[in-house]
Amino acid sequence: MRTFELTRPTAIGDALEHHGARDAFIGGGTNLIDLVKLGVMRPEQVVDINGLGLDDIETLDDGRVSIGARVSNADLARDDRIMRDYPVLSQALLSGASTSLRNMATTAGNVMQRTRCPYFRDTAMPCNKRSPGSGCSALTGINRNHAVLGGSEACIAVHPSDMCVAMAAIGGTVVLEGRKGQREVPFADFHLLPERHPEKEHDLHDDEMITHVILDAPQAGAASNYLKLRDRASYEFALASCAAILTLDGDTVSSVRLALGGVATKPWRALDAEAALVGMEATTDSFEHAAVLAFQGAVPQSGNAFKVTLGQQAIVRSLRDAARALKAQGDRS
Amino acid sequence: MVDTTPATAVQHADPAATPRLHDVELTINGQTHHLSIEPNVVLLDALRERLGLTGAKKGCDHGQCGACTVLVDGRSMNSCLMLASMADGCDITTVEGLAKPDGTLHPVQQAFLEHDAYQCGYCTAGQMMSATAILNDPSIERTDASIKDAMSGNICRCGAYKNIHDAIKTADARLNGGE
Repeated sequence: MRTFELTRPTAIGDALEHHGARDAFIGGGTNLIDLVKLGVMRPEQVVDINGLGLDDIETLDDGRVSIGARVSNADLARDDRIMRDYPVLSQALLSGASTSLRNMATTAGNVMQRTRCPYFRDTAMPCNKRSPGSGCSALTGINRNHAVLGGSEACIAVHPSDMCVAMAAIGGTVVLEGRKGQREVPFADFHLLPERHPEKEHDLHDDEMITHVILDAPQAGAASNYLKLRDRASYEFALASCAAILTLDGDTVSSVRLALGGVATKPWRALDAEAALVGMEATTDSFEHAAVLAFQGAVPQSGNAFKVTLGQQAIVRSLRDAARALKAQGDRS
Repeated sequence: MVDTTPATAVQHADPAATPRLHDVELTINGQTHHLSIEPNVVLLDALRERLGLTGAKKGCDHGQCGACTVLVDGRSMNSCLMLASMADGCDITTVEGLAKPDGTLHPVQQAFLEHDAYQCGYCTAGQMMSATAILNDPSIERTDASIKDAMSGNICRCGAYKNIHDAIKTADARLNGGE
């Protein structure tokens, strides 16, 4: 592996002072070290955030829940509050990676996770994300795993995270600390579309770091569900996934949040589908109609047209399971 | 809004220069070791190349196969993706530390032996470390499906999965009751 300097600060101010445009923060290292070994990421200095605290999960006065940057994916998934109030997040986390990787991987690291596009990971191949202006190999290459939503002529790399899909459905903010102070970015706006600059993936300045992710307060009376469809049952990235959070008033949809993974260039909120569902009866017909709307702007590539159907089915099944759970709760009460 | 001001406040080291060594204290299988190592050395290489503990194996070197699994403060981790410097002060268990000092095998090792839970053996240390961590973790259900899911980060290219699974069930019964 190529060399770098390693700094281990014990205060956020020091971490920010040490960190520049050509450096990388490290939490668990599961993504960064992999990519440094491949030569895809080439930091001159790695700044270890493990001396900075940032490992608490805390309920704020307004009911929102703040998650420290360093909280591991395993600890977050198994936290009592998360399992009770945000089961969709726990399910999404536990569907990702492996036991050992979840023990290491952090919340902020998962938010910053890079794509698994094989051309991005292969330094011998053109890739606009890794090497701006070099071209996109996936557009004319093997693109079975690539995005059908949110792509551009420069990049169709899929966002790999499960956690972020659940967070997109829940809603919240990413808290950033920089040399100029603190700011909060809505979770939905933190990941950027590739457009003409796929190398710019986040609304994050070079002098900033993620300190927390804050989840919107849990929705009373909601049922949620994370459905992940993939080539094998465990330890595999999604071909299509859906996080659904649903409330019903009788048989009518009173609110719904839908986010998709495995099919888009960023954690993808299906706003048109949500809008079409509110006020409708919670039937398979309404769910299928919403699923069609969610993929209305889809641009399938030569090898991944199946993702449109698969993604639509993920939405329908996810909503149906959430609706069933709510009806079962209603019948019991 | 994208900040276009260049981050010039940071002085970068010359990448061609030799990076500063880090003094690290690792407790491995109950024994304390002091190392002075380069920042880019992963724990797996420190164990194998510096300390002669070759039980943890280098399979993929990218966190995809699990052959390098060790316990760090009791939790299973991929030692190929962990910088050794970041394990400073941690309590590490490798497969060499599973058996008792008198040679009595750990129940997981004994069960792997009885069930012939390996073929070539290259993944075995990682399999046993993951199994040990899982059997110490009450949050993992003891169903076949959830054990298989929890073990899915350990790949066996010989395909000894059935016997590995049977061995874990046997070890679970001995460690956590039953049988």
